[in-house]
Amino acid sequence: MEDAFVFITLTANATVRVATPLILCAMAGLFSERSGIIDISLEGKMLGGAFMAASVSYATDSAWLGLMAAIMFSMVLAMLHGFACITHNGNQVVSGVALNMLMSGLTVVMGIAWFSRGGQTPGVSPDGRFLPINLPFAEALSDVPIIGTFYSGFLSGHNALVYLAFLAVPATWWVVYRTRFGLRLRAVGENPHAVDTAGISVAWLRYRGLLICGGLTGVAGAYLSIAQNASFVREMSAGQGYIALAAMIFGKWRPVPAMLACLMFGLLDAIAIRLQGVVVPGIGEVPVQLIQALPYVLTVVLLAGFIGKSVAPKAIGVPYVKER
Amino acid sequence: MKHFLKTASAAAVLLASFSASAADIKPSVVFDMGGKFDKSFNEGVYNGVEKFKKETGIKYREFEVTNEAQREQAIRRMAKRGSDIVLGIGFAQSDAVKKVAGEYPNGQFAIIDGFVIAPNVNAILFKEHEGSFLVGMIAAMKSKTGTVGFVGGMDIPLIRRFGCGYLQGAKHANSSVKVIQNMTGTTPSAWNDPGRGGELTKGQFAQGADVVFAAAGGTGVGVYQAAKDAGKFAIGVDSNQNHLHPGTMLTSMIKRVDVAAYNTFMNAKNGTWKGGITSLGLAEDGVGWALDKHNRSLISADMENKVEAARKDIIAGKIKVHDYMDGNKCNM
Repeated sequence: MEDAFVFITLTANATVRVATPLILCAMAGLFSERSGIIDISLEGKMLGGAFMAASVSYATDSAWLGLMAAIMFSMVLAMLHGFACITHNGNQVVSGVALNMLMSGLTVVMGIAWFSRGGQTPGVSPDGRFLPINLPFAEALSDVPIIGTFYSGFLSGHNALVYLAFLAVPATWWVVYRTRFGLRLRAVGENPHAVDTAGISVAWLRYRGLLICGGLTGVAGAYLSIAQNASFVREMSAGQGYIALAAMIFGKWRPVPAMLACLMFGLLDAIAIRLQGVVVPGIGEVPVQLIQALPYVLTVVLLAGFIGKSVAPKAIGVPYVKER
Repeated sequence: MKHFLKTASAAAVLLASFSASAADIKPSVVFDMGGKFDKSFNEGVYNGVEKFKKETGIKYREFEVTNEAQREQAIRRMAKRGSDIVLGIGFAQSDAVKKVAGEYPNGQFAIIDGFVIAPNVNAILFKEHEGSFLVGMIAAMKSKTGTVGFVGGMDIPLIRRFGCGYLQGAKHANSSVKVIQNMTGTTPSAWNDPGRGGELTKGQFAQGADVVFAAAGGTGVGVYQAAKDAGKFAIGVDSNQNHLHPGTMLTSMIKRVDVAAYNTFMNAKNGTWKGGITSLGLAEDGVGWALDKHNRSLISADMENKVEAARKDIIAGKIKVHDYMDGNKCNM
C-alpha cells in the first residue's frame, strides 16, 4: 500500500514536470489559433525562449531576468509571425515552419558566437534557476497520512513555473470566455468579417492574440532551460511544441481539455520512462520502441473514435482581406 | 626550344622534389553535429588535431556539420580540394565516408566510431565495453543502495555496447548489484533531450539507484544536473566531464578520440597511414576512466586499486568483456 502510494506520487510528480511546458505551449497556441492564426511555430518560439533564458540567466545570475528575456524574445518572434501572416497575408503554415527552422539554426549560431560551446550555453548557477519551492507547512504536514503526503509530496516542491503553468489554465479560460477581449478574440477566429463590420480591428486583435502566445511560449522555453535543466542544449525542445499543438487540437481548442490532454501525454511519458526495461508478466520485457510509440498510438486511437469531432475555429488559416 | 624544355623539366623536378621534401600534407577534419566545442566527443577530436597542428605547424581544414545533409557534401568537398587525409567523426558519417571514399579511390579517409570497410578508409573503433566495464565497477563499489543506473541516448547497438559493458563491470564488482538501463529515444533527437534525460535519471533515483552513467551526448547534461540536484552521483562519457559538477561527477568513461585523431594525422604525415579497421581498447589506451582533482576525493584508494587490477586483467585477457555488437545481445 505504502509502496503503491509512493509510486503514484512519483509518477504524478514526473507527469507534472513533463506536462508543464506542454501546458504553457498549448495555452499559447490556443490564444493564437482562437484568433484565427495557425501556430506551428510554438516549437521554434519555445526554443528561442529557452536560449534567451539560459543566456541572460547565465550573464546576470537572475532567473527572473532570464524569464523576462525569454518572454520578450518569444514575443518578438510571435510578432514576426504576425507581420508575415496578418499584415502581409502570408501563408501561416509556411511562416510557422520558417520560424521553427530559423530558431533551430539561429540559437546554435548565437550560442557558438557568444559562448563557443557548440551551441550549448554554460551551466547556469543556482541563482539563475527556478528551484523547487516548498509550500508552507510542507515539512510539518509530511507525517500526516494521505493528505499530508499528498500535500508535501505532490503539491509542494515544484518550481515557480510549474505553478505558473497550472495558473495559466484558469486564467486562459477566464480571458477567453469571460472578458470582452476573449469574446472578440473568439469571434475573430470564427468570422472576422463580422468583427470588422462591428468596427473592431481584426489585425490588432490577432496581434494581441499572438503577443500573449509569444509570452507563454517564452515561459515554456525558460522552463526548459533554467527550471528543468541548467543550460541550453541545441534542439532541446525536442518536438514538445508539436505535441502541445496536438494536445490543444485534442482538447478541441479549449483550455481545460487541452490541459488534460497535456497531462495525458505527460503521464504516458512518465509511465514510459518507468516501464522501460520492466518485465511485464506474460509478455516479457516490453520493447522500448513500443512504449515510446504509445503516446502517438493512443493519440491516433483516441482521435479516431473516442473524443468526437474536433472542430477548428472557422476562419483559421485564412488571411483576412477586406472586401473592396 | 630545347633549352626551354630543359629548364621546364628542371623546374618540374625541382618542384616535385620541393613538395616531396616539405611533406606538408593537407589534412582535413569534418566535425559532426554538436560542434567542436561540445565538451565531449567532437571536442576530443578538436584537441587531438590542435595538438597535431601545434607540433607540426601543419594547418588543417575543418568543417562543422550542422545538419544531416551537409555530411556527405563536406567530406566530398574536402576530398575534392585535394586533402591527403579526410577525417570523419561519428557513426552518423559512416555512409557519407563510404560513398565519398568510393568516388575518390586514391584519397585517404578515416572515420572515428564508424564501421566502414574499404581499402582507402581507416575505421577507428573503440572498445567502449572495456571502458564501461571499469566505470561499472566504480559505480557498483560506490553505490550504497546496491542499485546503479544507465541512461543511453539513441537506442543503437553502439550505445547498448556501453550499457552491456557497464552491466558486466557492475556485476563483477558486486554480483548482487541491480542495474537499471534506460534509453532516451529511438530518433536522433534523443542525443539532445536533457529534459528527458533528467526525467529518466529521476526515475532511476526513485527506483533506488544512486549512481547513473550517461552515454547520451547532450542528453547527458540533464542527467548530470539531475544527479547534482539530488545529491547523487553521475558518470560522464567520451571526454573527461568530471569538471562539470565537481562533487557529484563520480568519474568519466573516456574515449581517447584525441589520440585517435592525432595519430591519424601523424600517420598520414609520416606516410605510415593504412586503411582497414583499428580497434582501440584498454590495451591501446584508447579507452579508460578519468581520475583528476575534481573527483579525487570521491574515489577511495581501495576502489582505485581494484579498478586498476581489473584493467590489467582485461589487458592480460584474464577478464573477458563481452561485446554487445558481437551477436547483438548481452551475454553475461
